[in-house]
Amino acid sequence: MTSTIDAPRSPYSRSPQKRGVNWEKWGWIYMRVSGVVLVVLIFGHLFVNLMIGKGVDALNFAFVAGKLANPFWQTWDVLMLWLALIHGGNGMRTLVNDYATTQLTRGILKSSILAAVVILIVLGTLVIYTFDACPAGSPANLLPSFCSAN
Amino acid sequence: MRSAHRRPDIVVAAISQGGLVMPQQSAATLASQQKTTSLRPAGTLYRGREGMWSWVLHRITGVAIFFFLLVHILDTALVRVSPEAYNGVISSYQTPIMGLGETALVAAIVFHAFNGIRIILIDFWNAKYQKVMFYVVIGLWVVTMLGFVPRHLYNVFNK
Repeated sequence: MTSTIDAPRSPYSRSPQKRGVNWEKWGWIYMRVSGVVLVVLIFGHLFVNLMIGKGVDALNFAFVAGKLANPFWQTWDVLMLWLALIHGGNGMRTLVNDYATTQLTRGILKSSILAAVVILIVLGTLVIYTFDACPAGSPANLLPSFCSAN
Repeated sequence: MRSAHRRPDIVVAAISQGGLVMPQQSAATLASQQKTTSLRPAGTLYRGREGMWSWVLHRITGVAIFFFLLVHILDTALVRVSPEAYNGVISSYQTPIMGLGETALVAAIVFHAFNGIRIILIDFWNAKYQKVMFYVVIGLWVVTMLGFVPRHLYNVFNK
């Protein structure tokens, strides 16, 4: 592929009106802003799920249901879901731009990334907000303790 | 002569970090350090040594975390199906091999997080300290892993 890249910091060849929104700039800013927030969200997520108590061994439906019944952790998880998937998808897009050389493979790879990101954001958001911590008919020993209290 | 020959590579290397070349000031700082006999091209952090290897590791860990994230959202979505479905998949993760996999995952995440902050500091603060900051990243990574790995492996191997 032969394409010419302008020298760094050379002036724009088009006028500001014709240039439109600089999406690459906003993508660049997004990576940095979401990155900082994600460090806090993911380190907190890992600490609560892997470090406290018996760590990974304690993970089961009752543990997750107990967390997702709480609006604080709902918000935490939804933020993490959106920020991380878009951050990861945009990072993968950067790699495709760097390494995929033909238009066809670039198109297929970038559409696949977009589809995965959109589908998982919709799925994850639906799960977090339509989730029932105490599904009817499930054995009580698999559910969080607050289910039997009512 | 030789460094003039290499100029196109420099431009490409600077752009592939994420679409933008580095800020004027930090590029100028680097260029001023390399006025004399160095064969290393001026104005890039991403060619050779610490700058390049941190970039390589950032990409590899980023891809690994992305693919883990896809699977992680799908398995967590099983809480919406039934307690039995979720517990079935999670208990298949609670094995020694997966425990080692989680250790590798956390290692990748912690590096990506600290090196990401290093990238932000290079962009918005000062590129002059990028090598020192790479070793700070490695140091913080070691400290964080020393806090995490023994506790996690204890949980994995002591049922």
